[in-house]
Amino acid sequence: MSYLRAVGLVAAKDLKTELRSREQAVTLLFFALLVLVIFNFTFDFTVIDFVTLGAGILWVAFIFSGVLALAHSFQIEREQGRIRGILLAPIDRSAFYLGKVASTALFMAAVETVVVPVSVLMFNYRFGPRLLLAILVLVLNTVGFAAVGSLFAAMTTQTRKGEFLLPLLLFPAAVPIALAAVKTTSLVLAGRPFARYAPWLGLSAAYDAIFLAAAVLLFDFALEE
Amino acid sequence: MSAAALQACALRKRYGPVAAIDGIDLAIPRGQFVALFGPNGAGKSTLLGMFATLVRPSSGSVRIHGEDPRQADRPALMRRIGVLSHETFLYDHLTGLENLVFYARLYGLPDPPGAAREALRAAGLEDRRSDQVRGYSRGMQQRLAIARALLHAPDILLLDEPFAGLDRDAADGLRDRLLTARRAGATCVLATHDFATALPVADRVVVLVSGRIAAERSARGLDEAAFDALLRSTTLDRPEAREAAR
Repeated sequence: MSYLRAVGLVAAKDLKTELRSREQAVTLLFFALLVLVIFNFTFDFTVIDFVTLGAGILWVAFIFSGVLALAHSFQIEREQGRIRGILLAPIDRSAFYLGKVASTALFMAAVETVVVPVSVLMFNYRFGPRLLLAILVLVLNTVGFAAVGSLFAAMTTQTRKGEFLLPLLLFPAAVPIALAAVKTTSLVLAGRPFARYAPWLGLSAAYDAIFLAAAVLLFDFALEE
Repeated sequence: MSAAALQACALRKRYGPVAAIDGIDLAIPRGQFVALFGPNGAGKSTLLGMFATLVRPSSGSVRIHGEDPRQADRPALMRRIGVLSHETFLYDHLTGLENLVFYARLYGLPDPPGAAREALRAAGLEDRRSDQVRGYSRGMQQRLAIARALLHAPDILLLDEPFAGLDRDAADGLRDRLLTARRAGATCVLATHDFATALPVADRVVVLVSGRIAAERSARGLDEAAFDALLRSTTLDRPEAREAAR
């Protein structure tokens, strides 16, 4: 079996399971929308420009939805020893990791697809001609968060206190991608020239590449008991 | 002489200060069916985990068909190993057929849907193939789990308490499948507490205590009294430990 096919199998299995159960989709979506509603009631956006706070609000919703998605996705693998069923298969174990990155990024992207238009209506802002750049920012940072999150979720999933350990390990490691995400989104929303946020985009791209490459190389060791 | 199917040499596994496996030397010839007894915490599951390459030894080595799994062609080796435990490895929201097709694809079988249908037929679950697994009874789930474990026709079977929670019919069905695998020449290691279930299929009995082999002998001629005597010969001579091992 080819490597990419194994990656696709794991991701497709996750998506099919989620489409059937809809356990995760409802939780993620309502959580993200609740974040928007809470911030909308907390701040008076007739006085405060959304551009000032918007990036932070959006990424709070996306990142915490991502944590929920990761926890749920790996909880499914932990139950009934399913993760061992996959690790026993004659595939490169890192294919399981990349499959999880793909499915987590897709779950986050689904949330973003709903939350961004809702936030546009709620807070009355426009991406205008910067929409494609905004999509690039979302993709780069979502993949980065899914990459680091899937690695730590896999490492903690076989431990007894995995759910407790995941945020402890993940949040410090995710600080660079969270900073880059908020900063770049904020500059895009403010309509700043590309040169102002190109270094932040570079940071996100480098973070993605480093974490994906390191995780693929180290995943076998990370999962062994 | 051909290499043993499974071999442990001076095998140790420590979790912090606790020695889960404490210096095990064991060679299991091809085609042999070994029943592994021992109280909870004796190291049975850890030993099976190391044979399955899921648990990394702290020291010593494991060989599978004479090969060190760390240096061997891992996919080729894993195609020869099937693992069955009281956990099913099955996805509740996928149907029985989808679960088996998923695993058949992971194992690179040539015709995954065909192999999955055949396995479902052998498990007597063909008429439930389109139902999600969450609607299956415990016995049906375990039959499907057996089908999953045997899907790729492994010649080594590692069985960790597979009879746990099964009713009599399901246990009989599992025993029949194990006997069939044994007749086909599979090497099996069965970790269990259940003397009565394990003995009819076992060639050899190994008793683990505190991560060490406390006793071992052929299963031939081993009845309940002889099994009790075997346990008494180990440090399992306390009644509660003996009961746990059984």
